[in-house]
Amino acid sequence: MASFSTNEFKAGLKVMLDNDPCAIIENEFVKPGKGQAFNRVKIRNLKTGRVIERTFKSGDSLEGADVVDVEMQYLYNDGEFRHFMVPDTFEQYQSDEKAVGEASNWLKDQDFCTVTLWNDVPLSVSPANFVELAITLTDPGVRGDTSGGGGKPATLETGAVVRVPLFVQQGEMIRVDTRTGEYVSRVKE
Amino acid sequence: MRIGMNEWRPACSLAHLHLRAQMLHDIRGFFSERSVLEVETPLLCQGIGTDPQLEFFTADYFSPPLQQTLFLQTSPEFAMKRLLAAGSGSIYQICKAFRNGESGRFHNPEFTMLEWYRVGFKLPQLMDEVDELIGRLSKTHRSLNETQRFRYQDIFLSCTDLNPLEFSFGDYCAYALGNHMPEAVNICGQDHGLWLDFIFSHKVQPYLGENALCMVYDYPACQSSLARINEHNSQITDRVEIFLEGIELGNGYYELTDPEEQNRRFNKEISIRRERKLPTITKDSYLISALEAGLPECSGMAIGLDRLLMVLTGSNAIDDVLSFPLHRA
Repeated sequence: MASFSTNEFKAGLKVMLDNDPCAIIENEFVKPGKGQAFNRVKIRNLKTGRVIERTFKSGDSLEGADVVDVEMQYLYNDGEFRHFMVPDTFEQYQSDEKAVGEASNWLKDQDFCTVTLWNDVPLSVSPANFVELAITLTDPGVRGDTSGGGGKPATLETGAVVRVPLFVQQGEMIRVDTRTGEYVSRVKE
Repeated sequence: MRIGMNEWRPACSLAHLHLRAQMLHDIRGFFSERSVLEVETPLLCQGIGTDPQLEFFTADYFSPPLQQTLFLQTSPEFAMKRLLAAGSGSIYQICKAFRNGESGRFHNPEFTMLEWYRVGFKLPQLMDEVDELIGRLSKTHRSLNETQRFRYQDIFLSCTDLNPLEFSFGDYCAYALGNHMPEAVNICGQDHGLWLDFIFSHKVQPYLGENALCMVYDYPACQSSLARINEHNSQITDRVEIFLEGIELGNGYYELTDPEEQNRRFNKEISIRRERKLPTITKDSYLISALEAGLPECSGMAIGLDRLLMVLTGSNAIDDVLSFPLHRA
C-alpha cells in the first residue's frame, strides 16, 4: 500500500494509525513563523468509530489502509455470522456481530447496505439512510388520532424499537431514518 | 486542467478589496506621520536566509552564457538591513514574501508582509508602536480590548505549569502524556526548541489575544535566529511575537548588530540544514559586510497583512481575504 505525507491528508483518506485503519476527517497546517511546522489532524478510528486528534510533524507520512466501501445485499443471519453478497459478482462475505454493530437494528433480508472492507474483511456495516420495516408489535392506538403527538413504542421485524404515532398499527410497514432511529412515515403497500 | 465555472473569480469578496486598500492606506499614513521612509527591495535575490524552518522558491535566470539560480525572498530583512547600514534611517516596506510548502487555513505560499525598522528603538518602544499601529488599523473593523503583554515564561508557565527556560525531558513528557498528546514524545525527543514549538502552538497560543492584541516577549534563547540575547539574562532573547484571536500575526526583534555573532548563527543554521538534508545555501555575505560596516542599533517588526486582515474581518481562512490564493492564481 502506498504511503501518504501530511500534505496529502485530505478528508476521507484511509490510513493506518496505531495498527488500526482510520479515516482522515480534518487536517490543519500549523506553523509558528520561526518554528517547526505541524499538521493537527482529526482522525476517525474505523474499528471503534472513535474520533481522536493527533499531531504530525509536517512531511511525516502514514501507510495507506486498504479500506473500501462496497454496496452489498444482506442475505441472512446464521446465528453466528451475518452473510452479505455483492450483487454483480455474487461474491459473498460473512461478518460477526461486532462489525455489524448498530446496523443490525436495520438489516432486513435482501436489503442493500454498505459494507466497509479492510483487507477484504468486513470492518463495519452501514445501513441505507432510510429503510422500510414491518411493525411486529405495538399497542393498539386510538382510532381517529392523526395528530402524531405523543406516540408509542413499536417493535420492528428486526427487533429494533422506535417511537411511532398513535395511529400506526401492528402489521403496517413504516419508513425509518437509520441515522436518527426515528419514524418518518407509513409506507402504503 | 479542468476548472470550475466560477474559479476565474476572486476568492475574496469585492468588499475585501476595499478593506485591504484602506488598510494599506492607513499603514502608509501611520508611517508618514512618523517620518519613516517607505522603501522597496528586490523580491528576486542572489542570496537567501539560512533559517532551516523556511523553505524557499528558486527561479532560473538565463542570460546566455550566464545561468544562475535566484531566490524568491522569504522576507526582505537582509536587504532592509543593508539599507539601514548604509544610513537610510528608519524604514518600512510593504511587499510580497514567498515560503514554499506553506499552505493551509492560515497560510498561502505567497503573502503580503509589512516590515519596518526603527533606528534607536529598543523592544519596548517598538512594542508601543505596534500597539498604536494595530489600534489604528483595527478601528475600521472593531473595537479591541486593551492590549495584553506577557513574558514568554510567564504565559507558558500559567498555561502549562512548565518552565520553558529549563528543559526537563521527564516533566515535558509527563505533561504531553497527561494532555492527550503522547505523539509529542517521539516528535520532539531531546529537542528543547521543538518541545516549546509543540506545546506553545497547542496549549498556549490558541488562548492568546481574545478580542485584544497580545504581545509575548522575552522568548527563550533557543527560539531565535536574528534577535539579540538579552543583556541581563542569557536565557532569553529580545524578541516579541504578536497574536490576535489565537493567531500569530508577526514577529519582532531588537536586532543583532554583531557581525561575528551573526556569522556564528549562520554557520549553525547551515549545519542544521545539512543534518536535515535540506537544500544547501550559502550565507548572505552582503549582510555580513553590512554588519561589519555597522548596523545602527535598531528594532524591527514583520507582520503578515493578509492574516491581519483575515482576523480583523472575522474571516475563517486566509483565502477569504486574498484575491487569488495559489489554487486560483
